Amino acid sequence: MNSAPIIAPLTLLFASIFTSNILLANFLGMCSFIAISKDMDSANGLGMAVTVVLVLTAAINWVVLHFILVPLGLEFLQYIVFIMVIAAVVQILEMVIDRVSQSLYMALGIFLPLITVNCAVLGVVLFMQIRNYAFVQALAFGLGSGLGWWLAIMLLAAMRRKIDKAPVPAGLQGPGITMITIGMMAMAFIGFSGMLKVQ
Amino acid sequence: MDLAFFIAPLAVSGISAALAAVISISDRILNNYGDVDININKGKKNLTVTGGAPLLISLSEQGIFVPSACGGRGSCGACKVKVDSDIGPHLPTETPYLTKAELADNVHLSCQVKLKTNIEIDIPESLFNVRQYDGVIEKIEDVTHDIKEVLVRLPEGSEVSFTSGQYGQIEVPPYEKIKESTQRAYSMSSAPARKGYLEFLVRLVPGGIVTSYVHQYLKEGQKMKVIAPFGEFMVRETDATMVCVAGGSGMAPFKSIFQDRIDRGVMDQRDIWYFFGARTKKDLFYLDWLEELQSKYERFHFIAALSEPQPEDDWKGETGLITDVLGKYLTETMPKGDVREGYLCGSPGMLDACMNVMRKFGMTDDKIYFDKFA
Repeated sequence: MNSAPIIAPLTLLFASIFTSNILLANFLGMCSFIAISKDMDSANGLGMAVTVVLVLTAAINWVVLHFILVPLGLEFLQYIVFIMVIAAVVQILEMVIDRVSQSLYMALGIFLPLITVNCAVLGVVLFMQIRNYAFVQALAFGLGSGLGWWLAIMLLAAMRRKIDKAPVPAGLQGPGITMITIGMMAMAFIGFSGMLKVQ
Repeated sequence: MDLAFFIAPLAVSGISAALAAVISISDRILNNYGDVDININKGKKNLTVTGGAPLLISLSEQGIFVPSACGGRGSCGACKVKVDSDIGPHLPTETPYLTKAELADNVHLSCQVKLKTNIEIDIPESLFNVRQYDGVIEKIEDVTHDIKEVLVRLPEGSEVSFTSGQYGQIEVPPYEKIKESTQRAYSMSSAPARKGYLEFLVRLVPGGIVTSYVHQYLKEGQKMKVIAPFGEFMVRETDATMVCVAGGSGMAPFKSIFQDRIDRGVMDQRDIWYFFGARTKKDLFYLDWLEELQSKYERFHFIAALSEPQPEDDWKGETGLITDVLGKYLTETMPKGDVREGYLCGSPGMLDACMNVMRKFGMTDDKIYFDKFA
């Protein structure tokens, strides 16, 4: 087994927020990104939820991977195990949100359970495994990616609020102009790329 | 042979079992709201229920039936309840059904309110009287080509104390593509004195869930759940002339009202003008009974009006729209200068048109009472 790369967790945290934003650099987690970015409140809630799921799943999956799968030589089971852990965490989070804020629960609707299949979540866990992060690095990477996703969806929701009032050509209204906006955001974020190392 | 063959299934099941355990433990902790107190009408009634369920369901389990046509799916908007304590903002599922005034007044749909903390609510006093009855269909009879008279026998020893004009909710089971039990409101057409039985008039509405069931599937001897009584449509005890207008199954409350006045021996104590509008003669029913009442009671007048009488109907009564006939009687036939009260039951279109006629001829909204089909 290779040893973990030498990157300070704090660097990794900032790198995954800005320079290698999971959404804008890897384009992962697009579906709910587009669907829930219509208003700031729900975008904020979903961003928070995704961040919590990312931190928890990164941590739990790291432990499962390094203390169960690797010692037993069962790395080939990682996909199924990762997904199971993610699904369980989302289930619990769903209960927590239902308890804490009924209106956020209703606003997120189907996208709350769908965090399970948000590819950003599985993406982060798999990057963590491929890049061989140590536990603290995995935590920083999970938290950073979550914050990055949260930041991106908030930026998009803010822009969509302006775009709603702009004279968008009929054929481009809705998802069309949103895709173009995301493309521009991604290009802006590419300006940061290469400044910090993530692997 | 690789040991992984044995270890892999074990590891996967072990991990899933551990996750399942964590989920069920969190479910027990997170979805356990303990006992919740419901304070109804400033302490008139206090209930303690297990939290976590919708308010509508918790109330009905305690024998308080808030009217609801969809049975708690949030699709009818009927189960409105005023909440006096803070239970958080309105849900997106509620707002489409609430007016601005209701939102400001903290009115909620009780099926969408999940009981998490103690709650104070305001409901009409009359709801305390509402009960659920497991009735049995005693008789189903066609009174016209599209209206059935359904007689429900209540369980031994139970009776509904209601006022003529009020309605009950009848519940039909899932059938065909309808996956859940559905409730709809129907006025009682029997008089309160007929203890142990409730009668309803059900008109076939194309595509209607409950009406289609009643017309196609409901059999005598079958069980049917009835929740009653609801509603504010009832006769005000004054000496004013009653101007009653009905169409179709809007006959139901008036049948009950007239029978009730006969039962109480007060049929001749005030003038009653009963206008019934229909398209053709085959839409008319209870004619014999109503004509008998007219000949027996001097102060009861029955006017049936056909809007499209057919040649074979051989119709000698009034023709034309019910609004025109009503207008004619209000201005020409009925005695001038009497105090009048309007009572209307029927489809929204007919009601609105008739109310306009009543207003035009000097009747005021505070003296017009109606039961509009939703």
